[in-house]
Amino acid sequence: MALLKVDRLRVEFPTRHRTLVAVDDVSLSIDAGEVLGVVGESGAGKSVTGAAIIGLIEPPGRIAGGEICFAGRRIDCLPDDAKRRIRGREIGSVFQDPLTSLNPLFTVGQQLVETILTHSDRSAADARRHALRLLGDVGIPAPAQRIDAYPHEFSGGMRQRVVIALAICATPRLIIADEPTTALDVSIQSQIIALLKRLCREHGTAIMLITHDMGVIAETADRVAVMYAGRIVEVGRVRQILRSPNHPYTRGLMESIPRLDSDSARLAQIDGTMPRLHEIPVGCAFHPRCPDASDRCRENRPALRMVDDPAAVACLLFDDGRADG
Amino acid sequence: MFSPRQRSRFPVPPGTSRLIVAQLAGRATGSSETKATTMLAFILKRLAQSLLVMFFVALIAFLMFQFVGDPVHQMVGIETTLEEREELRETLGLNDPVLVQFSRFVSAAATFDFGISYQHKKPVADMILSRMPATLELSILSALFALAFGVPIGAYTGLHRNTWLSHVLMTVSLIGVSLPTFLIGILLIFVFAVILGWLPSFGRGDVVDLGWWSTGLLTITGLKALILPSITLGLFQMTLIMRLVRSEMLEVLRTDYIKFARARGLPDRVVHFRHALKNALVPVITVTGLQLGSIIAFAIITETVFQWPGMGLLFLQSIQTVDIPIMSAYLILIAFIVVAINLVVDILYYVIDPRLRSARNTEARP
Repeated sequence: MALLKVDRLRVEFPTRHRTLVAVDDVSLSIDAGEVLGVVGESGAGKSVTGAAIIGLIEPPGRIAGGEICFAGRRIDCLPDDAKRRIRGREIGSVFQDPLTSLNPLFTVGQQLVETILTHSDRSAADARRHALRLLGDVGIPAPAQRIDAYPHEFSGGMRQRVVIALAICATPRLIIADEPTTALDVSIQSQIIALLKRLCREHGTAIMLITHDMGVIAETADRVAVMYAGRIVEVGRVRQILRSPNHPYTRGLMESIPRLDSDSARLAQIDGTMPRLHEIPVGCAFHPRCPDASDRCRENRPALRMVDDPAAVACLLFDDGRADG
Repeated sequence: MFSPRQRSRFPVPPGTSRLIVAQLAGRATGSSETKATTMLAFILKRLAQSLLVMFFVALIAFLMFQFVGDPVHQMVGIETTLEEREELRETLGLNDPVLVQFSRFVSAAATFDFGISYQHKKPVADMILSRMPATLELSILSALFALAFGVPIGAYTGLHRNTWLSHVLMTVSLIGVSLPTFLIGILLIFVFAVILGWLPSFGRGDVVDLGWWSTGLLTITGLKALILPSITLGLFQMTLIMRLVRSEMLEVLRTDYIKFARARGLPDRVVHFRHALKNALVPVITVTGLQLGSIIAFAIITETVFQWPGMGLLFLQSIQTVDIPIMSAYLILIAFIVVAINLVVDILYYVIDPRLRSARNTEARP
């Protein structure tokens, strides 16, 4: 059974003029120990989906439809206090910018210990021992000397390790990692990815890896969901999608990744930009930029359909079952 | 601390190997000793600035003697002869060159000797010292009142900004900011002293003399007498602190580390009061510290309204009688208090914010 199951999730942000739909009819599932990559441009709704799962959508945003089940229990309509208990204990989070994720006025030890004590009945001394173990676990050298240091005394990569240590304090079954490597140097990125993969393997933790970097997905994820303008346009196994992407948008994404073995002088690019939330066109949201768009794409919104189990795609080109991509 | 930019400005003779430069730079930035030294340098620099400010204040205070009338006129009667006046002038040292007078004035002021009051014929230092407890008790109580109400109300309105209570508090605070101090004092006297008759309208009540400090904190009438002046003097500061705490809270609540604290599953209470409030209070400490200086300085108005026997009232009375020694002594003393508080606040900043505190030795840098 899936560890996390998101079913037809819809997230709205009411504004003065109209209601913006940031996440529209998104369904996805993550099995225990699995890494699901969620990829898309900024504003595609990836982070909002992640925030919805942990129940931390910024007001006035709200979940307007669908349901979220974690370990067989529906969690989107729990009272605030119950949601809070799930955060950190069952579902850990890693944020994008390690430089701003930690409170500058507390030592990393204080922040680790308070998180550990929130989620367990350990004594203070035991919590500190656990904090030391966690810091060692995430690859901080000489944790005993570093535990009483303040966040500003760590480098960016080291801070992201501390953030990961905070996320795994209570050995959650799922970690939502929202752009965990975007703010880091390339050389540090691969270290953090390797760390996440190792933790996932050792503890059997599932990861929802939100990123706009196809390379990170290729390296880490088991399955990938591609989001565009608040919807999932394609989902499937990473290898399958990397090798033969179906949706025209995914194809465009793949072609815009530089390759060393390619002869072409220029990188392909997708013309135009993703529509902002208040100007999502009717029909398929991608049709203004789609090279294969036809008249019916301007009128009908495609649903996510299974094409080649477990791959699914939301494109009218595949509506009659043929897979000519 | 040396920034990398500054590091590259090390004077390097041509031909010096890069390694040696690196070693030089490393030695200058690495050790904790250097960091302790930079902190000391910072304090010394601020101290030098403070001394400079005090020098100019002393200069102004001294120049008052030169320009605000002839003190001899104030001291003598009509029947005093010109010879007697000249003699008095000589004994007061008013015929010496200005520089000599000034250095004499500064060295005397440094030992807390501000001369003799023209009017009262008593040492000015003693007069001011006997008035100081009244002003300091009033000022500190006002600051405590401002903090005790300003911080919680500010935190509340920041956390629950759309409740009706927040709107009411914000509107009332606007009134507090815009009403002049003397008007608040008069209104309070009118309501609580005249109409209700609960609290005295002037004076300190009974004071207990502790030898060098007379306090109104130990008697019922003394405490009662403190209430209205403290509120009058502290109300503006309270609304200021409240609005500052509120805007800082709103700012801090938007930061990533607060979102991450929530994502870690910390209870709201911990997120709000441990993580958010502590960060919001960092600038509040500076402002409160600096405001304490201005509370003491602007106590003049409140002391006048309530006939509070403090330094401010003494100063106003001395202006009426052109008692220049008291005026200049008050000026120097107030400047000294404000400068000293500024210095302490700057140093406190180091203690509170670990990012500025550079005593710890760190080696892990990217």
